[in-house]
Amino acid sequence: MLTLECPYCGVKAEETELQAGGEAHLKRYGPGSSDDEFESYLFMRKNPKGVHFERWRHAYGCGKWFLAARCTATLEVFGTYSAQTKEPPADLQAKIKAKRPNWEGYK
Amino acid sequence: MAMRRYSAFAIAKEAMSYHLGWERAWGSPAPKKKYDVIIVGAGGHGLATAYYLGKNYGITNVAIIEKGWLGGGNTGRNTTIIRSNYLQDPSAAIYEKARSLYETMSQDLNYNVMFSPRGLLMLGQTEHEVRGYKRTVYANNLQGVATEWISPAKVKELVPIINIDGPRYPVLGALYQARGGTARHDAVAWGYARACSAMGMDVIQQCEVTGVRTQGGKVVGVDTTKGAIDCDKLGMVVAGHASVLAEQAGFRLPIESLALQAMVSEPIKPCMDVVVMANTVHGYMSQSDKGEMVIGGGTDGYNNYTQRGSFHHIEETVRALIETFPMISRLKQLRQWGGIVDMTGDRSPILSKTPVEGIFVNCGWGTGGFKAIPGSGWAMAELMARGHSPLTEEFSMYRFREGKFIDESVAAGVAH
Repeated sequence: MLTLECPYCGVKAEETELQAGGEAHLKRYGPGSSDDEFESYLFMRKNPKGVHFERWRHAYGCGKWFLAARCTATLEVFGTYSAQTKEPPADLQAKIKAKRPNWEGYK
Repeated sequence: MAMRRYSAFAIAKEAMSYHLGWERAWGSPAPKKKYDVIIVGAGGHGLATAYYLGKNYGITNVAIIEKGWLGGGNTGRNTTIIRSNYLQDPSAAIYEKARSLYETMSQDLNYNVMFSPRGLLMLGQTEHEVRGYKRTVYANNLQGVATEWISPAKVKELVPIINIDGPRYPVLGALYQARGGTARHDAVAWGYARACSAMGMDVIQQCEVTGVRTQGGKVVGVDTTKGAIDCDKLGMVVAGHASVLAEQAGFRLPIESLALQAMVSEPIKPCMDVVVMANTVHGYMSQSDKGEMVIGGGTDGYNNYTQRGSFHHIEETVRALIETFPMISRLKQLRQWGGIVDMTGDRSPILSKTPVEGIFVNCGWGTGGFKAIPGSGWAMAELMARGHSPLTEEFSMYRFREGKFIDESVAAGVAH
């Protein structure tokens, strides 16, 4: 059973308390963008077998959205962090790199 | 390898000699250096693609390579339901083609796939669902797919063990496809593998693709754990791992991989001879020939490649079904397992050319690929052999960019 720690209220929540929200750090595109950019933004989700950054909502808790780094091949959770970030925090990236030396890094 | 036909006469003959004369059903060859066509993925869809390439187009210099074992992915993990009651015309066309091919598959392959057109019901348990399914019935009638809307009394007659009175979700009627049903899922993979092997194709198991080689935007071969193999055309038919393989070839797919679970109960005496799907409460059930109640539910909500899912989803599925089928509350669960399904945004498959010349992709069947196997293989073979197929035209990977969705997510609900 998946357990994530909510970075806002500090509760270690198991997955029935949470709602998955898909890929994190999506770059949003507006009017004037190309078809490629729109397609990528709307449909082309990252679907790696390995390290994945994703959005979660503490639905039956504080109700807030937060972000998590998780391995889709083992379900190992590397850490959770605030949704008010443009990219994963450097210390979390370093931690993942230490555990997954072949990881290509956040891109 | 030459195929010895199975028949009652062959069984009688073998009975005289202690059944020692049966041969292996398919070969286990080492890969050749080059093939005209390589199909990655020896599940139902991959094997069916290879089979129809040989049967319909005479292309037999084909290898089907598989990282695990034959039919060990979603082909062996589904709940074996076959139906074609889809809302949109392109879906109805390919699923109905598949269903009609299932009718004669045992004869065509000379392999008993135990196709059992026992009838399938999709329960209407809310007013919205009733309206949705009635709409599907009207669409099916226009498409030439035989379905009808039946009353709660008729549902009770077909399924005596059902509780139609609710209280929370009473059965208000059902969409009934009399020619829907089930088949033996492993046998479908085995039957196709045997037929492919008999046509001279190589089914290569335990052989994982580690890289896709291209030259000037055209595919030239694959690197595998059994060495490099060249090819002119490459078919990627790997379901949950479609994104991983596409990345090796240098393009992306609008796919997310999720875990979907199923389970069977202990075997009991025959009690339900139709397939029942209850989409409002996320559960569907049929009884296998061994007597087990085969139960499926919804997917987990997050990306996952582990082939196992969440406990709470099992609980949710069973809890929902117990209200509709009170008698199953005392059954013990025998086995539970998971598979990785490839979900697209509109819940419809992708059968398409790709940005790399010579590479064709067949994926995105999501939670409902088994029923489509023969139709998918038929269409994919035509696409690979001729470059286009009327059955795959609408299922291009570029339809998302164009906004030309084949929106089955609303029509099918969860059990799809």
